[in-house]
Amino acid sequence: MTGAESAAAPARQEPLLSVDGLTVLLPVEGQQRAVLRDVSLQIRAGEAVGLVGESGSGKSMTARAIDRLLPRGAEVQGQIYFDGADVSALSGSQLRGYRNKVAMIFQDPRAHVNPVRRIGDFMTEALRTNLGVPTADARRRAVDMLTQVGIEDPERRLRQYPHELSGGMLQRVMIAAALLTEPALLLADEPTTALDVTTQAEVMAILDELRRSYGLAMLFITHDLDLAAAICDRTVVMYAGQVVEIRRSELLHSDPLHPYTAALAAARPEIAQKASRLRAIPGRPLSAFEAPAGECAFAPRCAYAQPTCLTAVPELTELDDGLSRCSRAAELRGHLEAVHV
Amino acid sequence: MSEPEAEDGGIAPVLEVARLRKEFGSLVAVDDVSFAIPSGRSLAIVGESGSGKTTIARMIVGLERPTGGTITACGGDRSRPARSARDRRRRGSEIQIVFQDPYTSLDPRQTAERAIDEILRLHHGWPADQRRARIEELTELVGLDSRQARALPKGLSGGQRQRVAIARALAAQPRVLILDESVAALDVSIQAQVLNLLADIRDETAVSYVLISHDLAVVRQLTDDAIVMHRGQLVERGLTAQILDDPQHPYTRRLRASVPRPGWKPSRRQLVPAHSEGEVA
Repeated sequence: MTGAESAAAPARQEPLLSVDGLTVLLPVEGQQRAVLRDVSLQIRAGEAVGLVGESGSGKSMTARAIDRLLPRGAEVQGQIYFDGADVSALSGSQLRGYRNKVAMIFQDPRAHVNPVRRIGDFMTEALRTNLGVPTADARRRAVDMLTQVGIEDPERRLRQYPHELSGGMLQRVMIAAALLTEPALLLADEPTTALDVTTQAEVMAILDELRRSYGLAMLFITHDLDLAAAICDRTVVMYAGQVVEIRRSELLHSDPLHPYTAALAAARPEIAQKASRLRAIPGRPLSAFEAPAGECAFAPRCAYAQPTCLTAVPELTELDDGLSRCSRAAELRGHLEAVHV
Repeated sequence: MSEPEAEDGGIAPVLEVARLRKEFGSLVAVDDVSFAIPSGRSLAIVGESGSGKTTIARMIVGLERPTGGTITACGGDRSRPARSARDRRRRGSEIQIVFQDPYTSLDPRQTAERAIDEILRLHHGWPADQRRARIEELTELVGLDSRQARALPKGLSGGQRQRVAIARALAAQPRVLILDESVAALDVSIQAQVLNLLADIRDETAVSYVLISHDLAVVRQLTDDAIVMHRGQLVERGLTAQILDDPQHPYTRRLRASVPRPGWKPSRRQLVPAHSEGEVA
């Protein structure tokens, strides 16, 4: 995207994916507990959007809700539209077709492959069973895709089992498999978190290159603000099951709109210099169901909180060309810069 | 905690490893590694999976037996297994370790309080009220509330379990605390708290950290010196700041360049063909 376009309202063009007021409750110990509260975000075709947050923020649950992978008993309010169609209405073959268009890759690829099936069977399954592609053709496409993700000797890889590949290589296989059905949107849930940092750089490079060359949109879920900012056009920051900020990635560090975003950036140690003291955020991140009703969920940890922050839940409000769920966002503008001590 | 044995300003190493070697069958996991940690200084062992850094830690705490070389802590040899319970206890008061994965390192039947209490009884033999006070201090220090302190590991998150493990290791008041990726799994806001906590503890107790980590920013925050491991070998050593500002070895340079930062563009590696490092041995 270009700088002139708005981060808050990606107008002009219909978004590829639109999440509107998504609230999800899950049964825990006989009670329905909120995991997502009124989440709204849009992704345009070809756009990379980062989804950043700590434990319990709801970032993974958002991706699961989008891909209709919520646990049994989940109560869902709000709408998800993909390419104009209501995702909640899909079933059977339509849902399988949707999942080919909205592919997902996970943090731990080993938990998402059948260990006793060969890589080739796993990779070509969706092509063969959902899209009716002949086996030989499907294998040819798999070989081609493995080459594109930088895997040598792809024919041999197809005959191997998951345990014969390292974590980094298996994640590249997962990316290749996800791309085989020619999706329009990739949901990437911490795909490099378990990898070594040099392997992460490689996998991110592959993901970034292929995403651009296929015009693929991506929702990139991570706890790493720096990583999201480096590879995504816009970044969505979540806290306690809510979106608290949506911002163009290049402005996330220099001009954040929510105190939590600024605090998160400031809390990270810097590689270039040792801080005499890290600017830790007091307390711990809240899960959605723990958030007190009728007040800002971040207020108890926020350095800028005022009594008024405890009297109402702030709305996600447009500011400059971003969105912030902070009632003081406008007055704090420019004072939130994540400067290290 | 006892004073360092050397009275000359902490020059005598609190931990020394010489020509350390570990073979697993035909694989040389650690190949001729030597380093020393002067009393009160902290060392980072930097490297990726398979570099041998965790194997070094496991040998130091006695979970693996070296194939060759020596490990000396506080003047005593620990290259061979402890011979008695007393010897084990002495070693425990010299060096403690906090592992990466708190899911497997805590006793599933023990609450945090009981896990800490056990160490306090074993190492200090304090009466109940003194132990109780210290348990409160330690759980408070690592940021566990009273419910969490009384919960079993299965009722805690990964980050909370890790804090239990840190509190438990600190209960022994060790001279050296090995942190094996101990803050890697923590949320950023919590990680900063724990890093500040670890810095405070070092200021108060002069404990030396051996920080085993792939996270160079964390390494910078917590250590004075660093060694870089690659495929079992020590490829670079020096002051942490120097290694991070001006890495010399090509591997250290690649590691440094792989860290996401504003303006960072990930790139495919050109130097090493993917298959040579992609295969599981």
